[in-house]
Amino acid sequence: MATITSLGKKQSSFLQGTQGGLSIAIGYLPVALTFGLLAKSTGLSLSETVMMSLIVFAGASQYISLSLIAVGTGVIEIIFTTFIVNIRHFLMSASLSEKVDDDPLWKKALYSFGLTDETFTVASTKEGTVNASYLFGLMLISYASWVVNSGIGYVIGASLPTTVQESMGIALYAMFIGLLIPSLKKHRKVLFLAVLAAILNSLCYASQAISTGWAIVLSTIVSAVLVELFYLKVESKEVNHNG
Amino acid sequence: MDNTILMMIIGMGIVTYIPRMIPLVALSSLKLPLFVQNVLKNVPYATLGALIVPGIFLISEDIVFGIIGALAATLIAFTGANVIVVVMGSIGTLVLYSMFL
Repeated sequence: MATITSLGKKQSSFLQGTQGGLSIAIGYLPVALTFGLLAKSTGLSLSETVMMSLIVFAGASQYISLSLIAVGTGVIEIIFTTFIVNIRHFLMSASLSEKVDDDPLWKKALYSFGLTDETFTVASTKEGTVNASYLFGLMLISYASWVVNSGIGYVIGASLPTTVQESMGIALYAMFIGLLIPSLKKHRKVLFLAVLAAILNSLCYASQAISTGWAIVLSTIVSAVLVELFYLKVESKEVNHNG
Repeated sequence: MDNTILMMIIGMGIVTYIPRMIPLVALSSLKLPLFVQNVLKNVPYATLGALIVPGIFLISEDIVFGIIGALAATLIAFTGANVIVVVMGSIGTLVLYSMFL
């Protein structure tokens, strides 16, 4: 009986994960189709295109690699650029480590492959902790959408009609808003964190001084630290008041 | 398959995987100072802010497109709707906008 119950529980958190990942799967569709299309026009073969999505699974850096291949950049430089663009996941991985259940290390090592901006934000805004089954469900549906639609984009060799393509471009942003608002309604701190990071990131974008990947890391860290310091000060004042 | 491309893909995969994996695996047995823990708990919400702005306003050359999408998503999300409803509703709003205007 006990095994049946635990199996049922496992299955339900896996299913919960796939449900949480559905928005990501929809959001990846236009991005992956376009990636497949661009890969074809860059001169990659179908198997190379699908393999890149299978092995790398990181949208922005895959796009950048195509534009670098197109201008004849060397392999080492492309790999180094990929590293720089994706290093922001280091911060997300550290943050997620505060959120996940104590699963075996090999499971953590396995699901960390599926950590993207999108899977990270969905998992970390979920109530309570998240376990490996949930994360496998979440990441598998996102990964499947990314890989399959990269291949479809290549084979079809055309993207969606402009209207649909542009409209679907809102999907991932709409998802981020949909994840943010419920927490924002509950805690004022969330509002401060998001608004400050948004302002900092816009300033980085306007100044054009650093790349998008680093701008996200920088604005996230500065916002997270400043808001925490602010709350620390408010709390210590309250304690002094009461004491 | 071209060997150089294959090497490039594998290299890209390795340098992408390592930063994703190391903190999750290494920090699982490590107890961080409370302040660091709290900062890490702030990270998701700060990340969301940075991921949304300014990117959402740049999805089309027409900035109005992004503004309408952002408004639609925010309004639908404020009603307490499920994330998938927010996503589909925002796409639908923009399809309507681009069809009729």
